[in-house]
Amino acid sequence: MYLTKEEELALAGEYGYAVQKAMEILVALGDVYGADRLIPIKSAQIAGVSYKNIGEAGIEFLRDFVEAGAKVSVYTTLNPAGIGDEEFMDRQAEIIKLYRRMGVDVTATCTPYYGANLPKFGDHLAWSESSAVSFANSIIGARTNREGGPSSLAAAIVGKTPNYGLHINENRKATVVVEVETELKSFLDYSLLGYHLGKTLESDVPYFRNLKPERLDQLKELGASMAATGSIALYHVEGETPEWKTAIRDKVERIQVGREELEDIRERFDTEWREIDAILIGCPHASLMEIKEVAELLKMRGKPLRIPLFITTSRAVKALADALGYTEVIERYNGRLLTDVCLVVSPIRDWYSGIATNSGKAAFYFSSFGLKVRLDDMEKLMMEAP
Amino acid sequence: MKLRGKGIVKGKAEGTALVSRKPLSFLGGVDPETGIITDVESDIRGESVAGKILVFPRGKGSTVGSYVLYALAKNGKAPKAIIVEEAETIVTVGAIIAGIPLVAGIDVSKLRSGMRLRVDGESGEVEVVD
Repeated sequence: MYLTKEEELALAGEYGYAVQKAMEILVALGDVYGADRLIPIKSAQIAGVSYKNIGEAGIEFLRDFVEAGAKVSVYTTLNPAGIGDEEFMDRQAEIIKLYRRMGVDVTATCTPYYGANLPKFGDHLAWSESSAVSFANSIIGARTNREGGPSSLAAAIVGKTPNYGLHINENRKATVVVEVETELKSFLDYSLLGYHLGKTLESDVPYFRNLKPERLDQLKELGASMAATGSIALYHVEGETPEWKTAIRDKVERIQVGREELEDIRERFDTEWREIDAILIGCPHASLMEIKEVAELLKMRGKPLRIPLFITTSRAVKALADALGYTEVIERYNGRLLTDVCLVVSPIRDWYSGIATNSGKAAFYFSSFGLKVRLDDMEKLMMEAP
Repeated sequence: MKLRGKGIVKGKAEGTALVSRKPLSFLGGVDPETGIITDVESDIRGESVAGKILVFPRGKGSTVGSYVLYALAKNGKAPKAIIVEEAETIVTVGAIIAGIPLVAGIDVSKLRSGMRLRVDGESGEVEVVD
């Protein structure tokens, strides 16, 4: 990989240990994936925040890095944290403090694009968090690989990322055309489609035909579910997403998806209500539209939920929900808006044995932790829950 | 016997091979305190990676696994070097932050546990020493 003089100096340790280690990470990844050079990035989004996930090992690494003077050099936001008991929260606070000391904006959300960190078409990024990567690539037309926590941190410090993968035009072309042979109506349908395709496809770039999303959140969920059950980081939707016109090559494999495949997934997650002890909306973090929908449905329901309803969201969106009165309505019906956190990265198995959600991504992770899961429409969840 | 791969993380090491035929997950798969492999799907479960030349086809699982390699190094339980067929992000980043020499592109089916290996993380050369 070609390095500028400045980059060579950084690699040699001229700008300190932290920059050197960060450069070593970028150069090695560049070598592994055949990058020709480093390219500047506009922003970074860092995963590896929850104490449940990174543990003491991660804290030690971050602390050593901070003590070596590590500072981010581009705008950088953070993934959501975990929640747990007092000891857990102490360790969690330590992690957040370390990121803050590196100059990271602690927005702690998986939807930075609904607030602080909104890229534009063509921007190069180094984002981790698979659902945010999918959103940035597919819906915005920005360019990022699926970074891991340490590699997005390294890129944030250096302000650059190796030029390979989805930063290159050629790799953004569709590798499979997905003919959707059933009408997708709800958020749930997009969850099911994403769940199914993530399992079926490999690290493909799907191109969807006959998809007419009514809301942005539906596409957000499609990408999140595909990225959770598979490793898909970019997709195109005919007539909808910004790069669809240039996405198709001459010979591309075609597959069909019908109602049957979606029903197969739904049937896996049809746990009965008596086995469910909480409801989660907001994986990835809920938009204002989703929160508004919950508030309206609860009003129609007319009586409080007996089991708790958690809506995870970003601070930016919560502030709007507060101002517009949705938070107050939701709280009246036994719902809570949680910011900065994610139940998927919390020791949730200690508290609940069954969760209902409308998110294919959450359903996938919760069931992998051994919880019973009901995956259903937001409307059904709000109307039929005990 | 000499095998030539690609040097990914610099450094030289000599030691006894611990060879897995299966992909290895570090997060939840290797105890950072003891270096013992706990991955239930692993064919070298129960063995310790500490001080060994760890050989496996590729990493799998959570990218947080990189931090486990770092913790192993801090606890003095890291492998002396790592040899893989395919370097992916988890192991590559973990080896860098932990300072463990890493060679990729080696046909690991040619190596067996107990062999004495000499590894050069710069040239990418792996030598079986009798």
